[in-house]
Amino acid sequence: MSDSGDSDVAWTYYKDRPEWNDVTPVPEDEGPNQVVVIAHSEKFVDVYDYFRAVLQNNERSERALHLTKDAVELNPANYTVWQYRRDLLKALGTDLRSELDYVELVIKNSPKNYQVWHHRRVLVEWLQDPTQELELTRDALLQDPKNYHAWQHRQWAIKAFGLYDRELEFVDNLITEDVRNNSAWNQRYFVINNHHGWSDLNVQREICYTLEKIKFIKNNESAWNYLRGVLLHDKRGVSGNAVVTSFCEELYKNKCRSPYLLAFLIDICDEAIKKEETSCLHNANRAVELCQALAGKYDKIRSKYWNYMCEKFKKFQQDENNKDTADKIDE
Amino acid sequence: MDFATKDVNLKPDRPTTLLIEKHSDYLAKYGTNKDDYEYCMTEYLRMSGIYWSLTAMELMGQSHRMPKEEIISFISSCQNKENGGISASFPHDPHILYTLSAVQVLTMYDRLDAIDVDGVVEYIKGLQQEDGSFFGDKWGETDTRFTFCAVMCLSLLHRLDAINVDKAVQFVLSCMNFDGGFGSKPGSESHAGLIYCCVGTLSICKKLDVLKVDDLAWWLCERQLPSGGLNGRPEKLPDLCYSWWVMSSLTMLNRIHWVDNAKLEEFILACQDAETGGFSDRPGDIPDPFHTLFGLAGLSLLGNSDLIKPVNPTYCMPQETINRLKLEPQILKKV
Repeated sequence: MSDSGDSDVAWTYYKDRPEWNDVTPVPEDEGPNQVVVIAHSEKFVDVYDYFRAVLQNNERSERALHLTKDAVELNPANYTVWQYRRDLLKALGTDLRSELDYVELVIKNSPKNYQVWHHRRVLVEWLQDPTQELELTRDALLQDPKNYHAWQHRQWAIKAFGLYDRELEFVDNLITEDVRNNSAWNQRYFVINNHHGWSDLNVQREICYTLEKIKFIKNNESAWNYLRGVLLHDKRGVSGNAVVTSFCEELYKNKCRSPYLLAFLIDICDEAIKKEETSCLHNANRAVELCQALAGKYDKIRSKYWNYMCEKFKKFQQDENNKDTADKIDE
Repeated sequence: MDFATKDVNLKPDRPTTLLIEKHSDYLAKYGTNKDDYEYCMTEYLRMSGIYWSLTAMELMGQSHRMPKEEIISFISSCQNKENGGISASFPHDPHILYTLSAVQVLTMYDRLDAIDVDGVVEYIKGLQQEDGSFFGDKWGETDTRFTFCAVMCLSLLHRLDAINVDKAVQFVLSCMNFDGGFGSKPGSESHAGLIYCCVGTLSICKKLDVLKVDDLAWWLCERQLPSGGLNGRPEKLPDLCYSWWVMSSLTMLNRIHWVDNAKLEEFILACQDAETGGFSDRPGDIPDPFHTLFGLAGLSLLGNSDLIKPVNPTYCMPQETINRLKLEPQILKKV
């Protein structure tokens, strides 16, 4: 929310400006509902009363363009002000470069706002010039590395104008900065998926990269999720990649009990069961044991989920045991 | 090993019971404080404000405290005569977000006669794009939120046939991520609010079966923090509105019991303002109608209070309204 500007002593109300005396202001509640408005912020009401007036008259003028700036300053989330401003920019043939600079300033002050970023995007589309977008979004992400709007804008610019070249480097820096930055991990997936592709080599490289990061901090939801995402592109799945399975078993042996590790081991067991490739480590018994550990000790808050999973595996366990018995009888 | 988690601590003096009368007073008063700076500031989303307040009041059985006729004539005045869309407030431009809010309010009042329904249908139809997605308005921002708005709005009007539903569903599925969740556009990060929009769209279109249900439900469960509250993405602070977005999604997936309901309820109750009434995003913050609705709706899903009516998880409207409209959004079978 922007400053109401009450402290701004040099401010002249629109109602006191001679160049505006031909316009009749339109208060918000004119129309169906008559309500007495006692302004908390006179400046706000004054600006928006005049804004409504020019909007209603569809006035196309420099003074209206200037008025939208005041209206934006008071409330950058007002979508109608921005729409009207774009209509004016088109109608008046305003220099879009200076508009680009202007919206950059607004973004710096209100980086979490749909309207400002959308305005930016329309300008870049009109100009067909994305040269400043990576820097702009980088600055916003330095301030808030998870700013959804900035990420959306960055992805759009990268995709629309093919700006992939140095993106992996950018993502790597963010992950190094904060290994739990889920947005950065998502961006990593976006870049590989849309640009580098999931060749065997890339899959293996991404696995190694992720395992390194997990080694550094084990209890990291984002990295474990990314690992699953990469393995979607590995024909061997989560259970068939020896690098991954031995990494996990090694962690387990070294007493790591991060819920994410245990959950991943359960996924390995689950897949092994489904593929009928169970082993002494990865089978229904192990999965049951892990579910019980999670429900009872390491992830109690989600015990209902783990109990549900546990029941699921108990059925497989029975099948496995029956099969063992049947095999023995056959022998 | 680093187990640091971003979370809040619930204070011992937090509210632990539902202060229903306070909330009713808070919302009844909210609309009348038109001299309030905050009220002026929220003009651009007035229509949604009315939806949040009215739905919250309906859930508490207190909607008679809202100025019904004034609201209905306000909505009529916000419909654009040329394109049929509805704006947040007069004379703003129409937008799909406020068109939905207006239709939700009018269906709760059973007063769709107050607007030109065909106009609304044409407006929404005109926003659908070749790839199945929807613009939010004529300026061409696309987002899975707008798909949900379009589909929900048309289903409330029993006019889903006006758009290409298969393509709308295809677009939503193109936004599914490797973690089973959904973002705003293809490739955008999974986010609980947008997951609600996508799961809601699939629920209305009866296509929930295409989801990777257990992956998605687990991701949603992972949003619960030790305080009991839910966040919207990994490593973010809990926020009351996610109680709605996560829990409604889990309800549609019929896995609401996977979250620790008792701890969540404690968190929601702690977000009440014991002085002014209303709920805020986190304990101790300033309340607003948006969080007040999602606090009450979240409690409704948890189902432990006789004071709150059942809410429909897909529409975020009273179940009785959805029943009256004979709508049957899909809910997966219990596991």
